[in-house]
Amino acid sequence: MKKLSTLLAATAIATLMAGSAWSKTLVYCSEASPEGFDPGLYTGGQTFDASSRTAYNRLVEFKHGGTELEPGLAESYEVSADGKEYTFKLRKGVKFQTTEYFTPTRELNADDVIFSFERQYKTDNPWNKYVAGASWEYFAGMGFPDLIDKIEKVDDLTVKFVLKRPEAPFIANLGMDFASILSKEYADKLAADGKMELLNQQPLGTGPFTFVAYQTDAAIRYKANPDYWNGKQPIDDLVFAITTDAAVRAQKLKAGECHIMAYPNSADVAELKKDENLTVLEQEGLNVSYLAYNTLVPPFDKAEVRKALNMAVNKQAIVDAVFQGAATVAKNPIPPTMWSYNNAVEDDKYDPEAAKKMLEEAGVKDLHMKIWAMPVARPYMLNARRAAELMQADLAKIGVTAEIVSYEWAEYLKLSSAKDRDGAAILGWTGDNGDPDNFLDTLLGCDAVGGNNRAQWCNKDFDDLMTKAKATADVAERTKLYEEAQVIFKKEAPWNTLDHSLVVVPMSKKVTGFKMDPLGIHRFDGVDIAE
Amino acid sequence: MAAVETPKNPPTGLAEFWFYFSRNKGAVIGLVVFVVILFLAVFAGVVAPHDPAIQDRAVLLLPPAFSEGGQASYLLGTDAVGRDILSRLIYGARFSLFIGVIVVTLSVISGVLVGLIAGYFRGRVDTVIMRVMDIILAFPSLLLALVLVAVLGPGLVNAMIAISLVNLPHFVRLTRAAVMTERAKDYVIASKVAGAGTLRLMFLTILPNCLAPLIVQATLAFSAAILDAAALGFLGMGAQPPTPEWGTMLAEAREFIQRAWWVVTFPGLAILITVLAINLMGDGLRDALDPKLKRS
Amino acid sequence: MFRFIFGRLAVLIPTFIGVSIIAFSFIRLLPGDPVMLMSGERVMSPERHTELMHQLGLDRPMYVQYFDYLTGLLQGDFGSSIVTKRPVLEDFVNLFPATLELSLCAIIVAVALGIPAGVLAAVKRGTWFDQSIMGVALIGYSMPIFWWGLLLIIFFSGYLGWTPVSGRISLMYFFPQVTGFMLIDSLISGQAGAFKSALTYLILPTTVLATIPLAVIARQTRSAMLEVLSEDYVRTARAKGMPPFRVIGIHALRNALIPVITTIGLQVGVLLAGAILTETIFSWPGIGKWMVDSVFKRDYAVVQGGLMLIAAVIMLVNLVVDVLYGLVNPRIRH
Repeated sequence: MKKLSTLLAATAIATLMAGSAWSKTLVYCSEASPEGFDPGLYTGGQTFDASSRTAYNRLVEFKHGGTELEPGLAESYEVSADGKEYTFKLRKGVKFQTTEYFTPTRELNADDVIFSFERQYKTDNPWNKYVAGASWEYFAGMGFPDLIDKIEKVDDLTVKFVLKRPEAPFIANLGMDFASILSKEYADKLAADGKMELLNQQPLGTGPFTFVAYQTDAAIRYKANPDYWNGKQPIDDLVFAITTDAAVRAQKLKAGECHIMAYPNSADVAELKKDENLTVLEQEGLNVSYLAYNTLVPPFDKAEVRKALNMAVNKQAIVDAVFQGAATVAKNPIPPTMWSYNNAVEDDKYDPEAAKKMLEEAGVKDLHMKIWAMPVARPYMLNARRAAELMQADLAKIGVTAEIVSYEWAEYLKLSSAKDRDGAAILGWTGDNGDPDNFLDTLLGCDAVGGNNRAQWCNKDFDDLMTKAKATADVAERTKLYEEAQVIFKKEAPWNTLDHSLVVVPMSKKVTGFKMDPLGIHRFDGVDIAE
Repeated sequence: MAAVETPKNPPTGLAEFWFYFSRNKGAVIGLVVFVVILFLAVFAGVVAPHDPAIQDRAVLLLPPAFSEGGQASYLLGTDAVGRDILSRLIYGARFSLFIGVIVVTLSVISGVLVGLIAGYFRGRVDTVIMRVMDIILAFPSLLLALVLVAVLGPGLVNAMIAISLVNLPHFVRLTRAAVMTERAKDYVIASKVAGAGTLRLMFLTILPNCLAPLIVQATLAFSAAILDAAALGFLGMGAQPPTPEWGTMLAEAREFIQRAWWVVTFPGLAILITVLAINLMGDGLRDALDPKLKRS
Repeated sequence: MFRFIFGRLAVLIPTFIGVSIIAFSFIRLLPGDPVMLMSGERVMSPERHTELMHQLGLDRPMYVQYFDYLTGLLQGDFGSSIVTKRPVLEDFVNLFPATLELSLCAIIVAVALGIPAGVLAAVKRGTWFDQSIMGVALIGYSMPIFWWGLLLIIFFSGYLGWTPVSGRISLMYFFPQVTGFMLIDSLISGQAGAFKSALTYLILPTTVLATIPLAVIARQTRSAMLEVLSEDYVRTARAKGMPPFRVIGIHALRNALIPVITTIGLQVGVLLAGAILTETIFSWPGIGKWMVDSVFKRDYAVVQGGLMLIAAVIMLVNLVVDVLYGLVNPRIRH
């Protein structure tokens, strides 16, 4: 049977190939429809895969497969002594894509850069509200409206960003998707034609792939950009086959209907590994999942109590049951792939007996608590409900009664931020830019209490370290500060750090040059397929 | 219609019912299966080999006993967190039957009431009621139930309310039609002349004579409710995990479709068997209760 | 006849307004607000939250929002998605052909198999053949189709590898959307093998979606046939020695079909409900999946607009069925 099916698949593909005139086509089974094609407007990873990582470039780029930065559309940059002025020298001779809907007449210049950013914060810019309900979530989320003073054109190929205060993570933020550089010439043409909304439907940038067509909820098509400044891609066509069900994606990959798939079910990974036509890449993702106690509410205001509860939970069991092993137990609030990860920190050991004793010593008896479980699967926590059930069983062993509660996702996000929240909440975070500040200060800083800081934890020593690190440009020094912060975090235990999930990318053995990306994006530049 | 041999002694209502019902072999089989399921549901605590919530972490995704690698103590295998599937299915029967009973009760009571009012009073009341029913019927039932549950919040109780609501128009229409036919008949006019009150006329005179089609429709609604609730559970909007509701079990099992066929197969089979049994009974009931509808 | 049609149309208007009120108010009752979801785990400042609520017009009084909505509807504006910011009508127009194609295929299969099966069962009434057909039909009628779809995928796509897993056509083919019907577009494109590919992608979803209508039609045809066969004129025809084929094929079937046609008309709602499950399982890019996804994304502009559009389609189909029925059977025109 098996043989028959491979034979059928092979003939099917052979006939198909003949039909498509010898072009090399890479098919990627993506997990969701893109929200749109203007990366500044959205937050979904699938949108970025389909827009910013294919059609666009940024001033600086993340190294393929890492979180370090490398030059992108800017060849180099300089920072002024006070850390407030960043001057970028643009690459010369960068061409925008030529498509059926637009033929550019000029190359990339400073106007394009200024256009790409100003539309996101100048409310009088005609592009600020060019689609109904436009909002620039990431631009706002990274604090840019309060950070950027102005952006100036020095000459055609030089742009200067003036900041209101020194901010070390700024340069990493420019590698993020919302900072993609669009063509002002194209935008002007659309505005003149009165079709501004097309900017979000027919992207046109400097990136490795040229957008061809989007078939709603079914497929997105690209072709290699022949004028790409970094050389034409080895493949000719790139297709995103939108397949929302993970089990179905796996089936399609096995059937040879796609070459690479996003986010397999952890349950399917073992099976996919067994398939001799497939390889499965794995890497720790840039994420963390945690159980945040409410440190403002007794008895969880005591570090001993939090530590005792941490010791009662068998995190390995959670990783096994929820991720089928496709995750590692977390001990720090930042993932191991991030610089400044402090490997010397020791995790609270799983020891129910000792935990029971510690609770008694802290004077806590017959503790009743609530565990908040998210209603949705997120990359860092595939099944919060299942994890909560396991914790509930573990806590019962030390005499703690846990009740699992859940809310609708939007409610959950809102209510879990409340300072008087009753119970410990499961939540997590996926890094945006590879900077430790993006985890430590965002999630645990004093400013974030009542917001992203779900533990409502404000520790003076920790917070001072954060402030210091933000104002320092030197990476070695920042590393030291963040390492120290992780020691304080572990001692105080505002969270039970649960896991860092692995990013898993199964693909056909024919594919070469695909690199895992800790940021969770899927990039197809440099990817080839063997005939 | 087949010639029916008349029994020598005129039978009582119940005996006559059973006579017609038992002539349909499928209906009898359905009844037997249904009674077995009912028994399992009622005595789940005694019958089920394991506690449906207990997680045995030593046996995650264990195959059924009859296939390779299975254990006799887990007859139908275990799920992803090591719970016994057979026990969960047995407890799940409680939920499915419960859903069916509640939904049918809710929609029959409210449907009959509304239908009686519409059919008895006619005029504007009738027009308004029928328009509202038209509005409900303008949406695909499952979609309406899905959105309703999303509004009310996912969960078993809300799923039952939503399904009852989308079932409502069938009962209203049926009752109304029956009432309108009966209202003009002599016996109704006679009791009206004799001075019977409106309520008496509606509930004691007319209603009992409209019961047969309602009972048939109720059986259909019973099985449809089980299917709809399972579909909602499957879409993640019905009973929430870890409730061992069959549709919810299927939804949870979906990620194991490649690896563990038993977690997908058995809950679906349970739904199919239950619904089939009820539908078989429904056919028998129709034959026995409503001579006009008798088909074979 | 015109009066009949206009009468039906007049009834539709209040219904449509009712539908719009329901769709509108439902969605306002949804827990959680869409603005919170826009930023995910990252918490939004209260000021920004207020600003976005204002931008989306969600801070205005309910009746103002409804009035605006109704005005928009009359101009053909069904709102824009909160997530994608695309007009709802545009997405609906893009996705509806996929659902229509699947539903039409399913109803064709159901009719093509269901009517002959029902007729044969009626003619061979009480035989082994009749009992097995009706047994299978009852199983089909009782089938949880979401489970049925999973089983078919496991067996035909996973184990045998005969059918593709999901989608509408192999992605190797790419041609412009002309009619939106993949079967027709693939023929127009003239690409070799495209039609065949589109056909193989349709097999499993069609099977799943056709299951319940097929069972219903077979059962309905059988009982309608039985009724007709016992009528006097059929008995007379038989007694006169007319060949059985003519009796059944011409006299009986024609009369038996009238109730069957009503049944088929009633299956439209069933099909659209089934499409929700079928499309979800097979990642079929149609309106059923679109609605389910939107419910989960809390994209209530889409849920609201989608509900309206789907209700409009159902009402329209019902109207057409009514009118057709009126044409066939003049007695019910009053």
